[in-house]
Amino acid sequence: MSVFEYAPAPESRSIVNIAPSYGLFIDGEFVDGTGESFKTVNPATEEVLTEVSSASDADVDRAVRAARRAFEKTWGPMRPADRGKYLFRIARLLQERAREFAVLESLDNGKPIRESRDVDVPLAAAHFFYYAGWADKLDHVGLGTAPRPLGVAGQVIPWNFPLLMLAWKVAPALAAGNTVVLKPAETTPLSALLFAEICQQADLPAGVVNIVTGAGNTGRAVVEHGDVDKVAFTGSTEVGRSIARAVAGTNKKLTLELGGKAANIVFDDAPIDQAVEGIVQGIFFNQGHVCCAGSRLLVQESIHDEVIASLQRRIGTLRVGDPLDKNTDIGAINSAEQLARIRELSDIGEAEGANRWQPACELPDRGFWFPPTIFTDVSPAHRIARDEVFGPVLSVLTFRTPDEAVAKANNSTYGLSAGIWSEKGSRILKIANQLRAGVVWANTFNKFDPTSPFGGYKQSGYGREGGRHGLAAYLKGADQ
Amino acid sequence: MIGNDRLAVRKTYKLYVNGAFPRSESGRTYEVTDAKGHFQGNVAWASRKDARDAVVAARGAFAKWSGATAYNRGQVLYRVAEVMEGRHVQFCDEVAHAEGLSTSKARAAVDAAIDRWVWYAGWTDKLAAVLGGSNPVAGPYFDFSTPEPSGVVAVLAPQQSSLLGLVSVLAPVLATGNTAVVVTSKERPIPAVTLGEVLATSDVPGGVVNLLTGDAEELGPWLAEHADVDGIDLTGAPVSRAMEFEREAAGTIKRVIRPPATEPDWTADPGLTRMTPFLETKTVWHPMGV
Amino acid sequence: MTHVLDPDALPGATPAVHAPLPPYDDVIRSDSAFRAFLHGLPGVDQVGAEARVAQLGTRSIKTTSKAWAIDTAISMVDLTTLEGADTPGKVRSLAAKAKQPDPSDPTTPRVAAVCVYGDLAGVARDALVGTGIHVAAVATAFPSGRASRAVKIADVRDAVENGADEIDMVIDRGAFLTGRYLDVYEEIVAVKEACSRPDGGAPAHLKVILETGELKTLDNVRRASWIAMLAGGDFIKTSTGKVTPAATLPVSLVMLEAVRDFRIATGRQIGFKPAGGIKTTKDAVKHLVLINETVGPDWLHADWFRFGASSLLNDLLLQRQKLRTGHYSGPDYVTVD
Repeated sequence: MSVFEYAPAPESRSIVNIAPSYGLFIDGEFVDGTGESFKTVNPATEEVLTEVSSASDADVDRAVRAARRAFEKTWGPMRPADRGKYLFRIARLLQERAREFAVLESLDNGKPIRESRDVDVPLAAAHFFYYAGWADKLDHVGLGTAPRPLGVAGQVIPWNFPLLMLAWKVAPALAAGNTVVLKPAETTPLSALLFAEICQQADLPAGVVNIVTGAGNTGRAVVEHGDVDKVAFTGSTEVGRSIARAVAGTNKKLTLELGGKAANIVFDDAPIDQAVEGIVQGIFFNQGHVCCAGSRLLVQESIHDEVIASLQRRIGTLRVGDPLDKNTDIGAINSAEQLARIRELSDIGEAEGANRWQPACELPDRGFWFPPTIFTDVSPAHRIARDEVFGPVLSVLTFRTPDEAVAKANNSTYGLSAGIWSEKGSRILKIANQLRAGVVWANTFNKFDPTSPFGGYKQSGYGREGGRHGLAAYLKGADQ
Repeated sequence: MIGNDRLAVRKTYKLYVNGAFPRSESGRTYEVTDAKGHFQGNVAWASRKDARDAVVAARGAFAKWSGATAYNRGQVLYRVAEVMEGRHVQFCDEVAHAEGLSTSKARAAVDAAIDRWVWYAGWTDKLAAVLGGSNPVAGPYFDFSTPEPSGVVAVLAPQQSSLLGLVSVLAPVLATGNTAVVVTSKERPIPAVTLGEVLATSDVPGGVVNLLTGDAEELGPWLAEHADVDGIDLTGAPVSRAMEFEREAAGTIKRVIRPPATEPDWTADPGLTRMTPFLETKTVWHPMGV
Repeated sequence: MTHVLDPDALPGATPAVHAPLPPYDDVIRSDSAFRAFLHGLPGVDQVGAEARVAQLGTRSIKTTSKAWAIDTAISMVDLTTLEGADTPGKVRSLAAKAKQPDPSDPTTPRVAAVCVYGDLAGVARDALVGTGIHVAAVATAFPSGRASRAVKIADVRDAVENGADEIDMVIDRGAFLTGRYLDVYEEIVAVKEACSRPDGGAPAHLKVILETGELKTLDNVRRASWIAMLAGGDFIKTSTGKVTPAATLPVSLVMLEAVRDFRIATGRQIGFKPAGGIKTTKDAVKHLVLINETVGPDWLHADWFRFGASSLLNDLLLQRQKLRTGHYSGPDYVTVD
């Protein structure tokens, strides 16, 4: 027992009001879905939060038709400046109800309130604020004068950052003049449904944003619908492949933001204390449920022991537990299914000969939990060095020279992100240049901003979200 | 052009792979005729193994080509246009035969092809400024984005436009720093073979461009499925097979340019539309502190 | 021409006084060796350090934890008056407050020390006899440190003779910023020697003030911390309180990392004292969190951690009253001195 124990500091849950059941949000109204409804649980307690409608093919069709109508009748013809004003309104409403969104997100997802409060929700609002300003400046995106929106965007988002991924998708689509049909993840539908309320409060015209909840079948119906012009997906590479197959031969424009296995490279001249923080931030942020997580630590052999010792000491101070406690660093694993996958890959890691280390830490009895974990003695051939774990599990590899670091970092079918830690500027720029990854964080990690394009190389997907690039993904130029 | 009293020395039309001119490993050739049906030659008929070798060559050449300075790439590509200009008469002759064009129309096509090559040569050192930039993030970080090539791009070249069409799909792949494996027009491959000779003599490193004469329908699936190909341009794919190729390309999340319903007018201004599909955007963050 | 990389390390050179603890006993063999060592310490990324303390600043310390933190913080205060206008009367009244910070609640802990100028150390000692409260005196031409070494040493001896059992010295920032690290080191060693008592009693504890507001960069803060620790300082201290910025959280983080790393390497624990700019309970709690999660509970004691402050104590007392009574208090319910 430490001298200085932090008493529980739970964020009040009374700010959110979860209804016993939810329908779909189509054409500006909440309606019952005709598919079977499903339960969404709090992963920290396994408590059922509510029941949510599942959208059938017919429901998705209604949503797409509503989106098409809105595209043709209201949102498409609207003055661009007015479209921007609606988005500014949404940004402000998100800020006004930020605490409510943060609590709801932590309840439904299991992420610590510190992150939902300080990262997810403020960044979601920032995305709307950023793209709001673009709405009447589309001539300057870089696609020539008067680029046109694509039409109806079908968007399928994951459970790791439910509201933030919604913002990444919805804000640029609407700013460009498209309307959307969005399917949130099956395990985390609630913040999207609360966002629907925001759309109502903003008086957003009916049909501009439609939310269809459900599982894989609903997502498939959105992606494959014949009247969808644009598909944007964030999720696993496996599902990304099937979506790319599904849209083959159509005119649908596609953006895929898929998996990753980022190398976080620490050179012997790194600012060690900040590097250790960056390693922690890289792999344990959001329980490691991050596609760009720094899940492969590549540390220069000469400082391996020192870095691992510092890292272990630091991991020992991480607080795992109640996501609503303001002092929690690591919350719950999002689902039983994901927990099973993390356990399986960790067990394989051990079986393959890597060395598992976990700090002494008490985990709650109920709910889905996995302690922060590092594997040392990992070789590039081990599955934990290649497969995306999507959990709080770090694989540690070593290198001796910059060339070896780059070769190992690039030795992956993924190419989403990477990290470099060094005090030498010219080395950073050289290595950044050589890494085949869409986002390179040098002397920092897991930083996001609406102005900054994000997306992968190789099988981590294509297209970018954020910045001018993210907007261009929802537009076509005169020559297209 | 050749005096009646002299027997012409005919050319053996071979592949262009890794800077060399091999025959197909399969030993296959196919007969190519001009638009009027006159025999032109027995052209190497590339096999899937030739395609495989071409991908290996293109991958091998990628680091050097993509790592060259944009200025250097621009000069190398401009050099290609210079050498093309020197073969102007030959190209006109071959295009006229291949496409059945009048001399003046063939000349216009060759002029446009060379000018298009020059246009792309001039793009190499502008793309980063036009497509990249610094991002004003809300924090003490310098954040910038730059375009980078996707890697190895397979190109199924247009079936109709034997030189202008070919240049219009190949030059953007090279200007952006990618390396290419091209399946040329099946029935009109001869200008492409000559372009290979131009490339071989104009400072383009071996392997950067690999030209496979043969059948896009046969090689398309192998290239679409090839795990070490990063992108594929399906412009010259048979309409009936394009969807299938795109599905196969999805297996490794390739960047794809879909085929147009009919072959476009290649004289139109291409804009950036053929460069951006095979460019990645890399965003780099670094703190700003003392 | 022969390149002599390390001209001061020629055979026969006299070894410097007071070798540092192993494994660092050879790092002061020459100016260039010392410089190479200090510049070989890992760099500090300012933005990363600031982000870390910002994150720790969101820790929510409530109820029982807050009560513990307030009492612990009070027990760590070096209650300070360092004004030209200081008088024996002022010092006596400060000493009275040190003994009984909150007259309305005798369960309130005493502070750790009273910190005064050296000429008033005797007044403080007389007022605090038998209380266990330490008498700290600033010395070495505080706050600028701009005097000859002889004057500084005399200043220290005078304060020790007057009864100070803790000496807060300032380093020579001029020497540091021009890269004369060995000069800085030797001066600390000399001051440390001057802290000993002629009568053979326990030497005064030496706190080494880096004046981080003048060192400007966190890399400099780390290097200066190491100079002070190697030279035998018992505490490293951020600031005089006379220069802004004083004890910022990123500076405290870097200095705590230094004492942590020094103990890992040498086995010797060094104390840490942020001073200046810590005015509120919130600031104090943030520091306690910083200690807790950077160096751990071994430093959560007045033997190893002090707050150099004057107005902080009253805010701690007000917060303490609020916790005890359940309602908010006001400045009239705590004493001015």
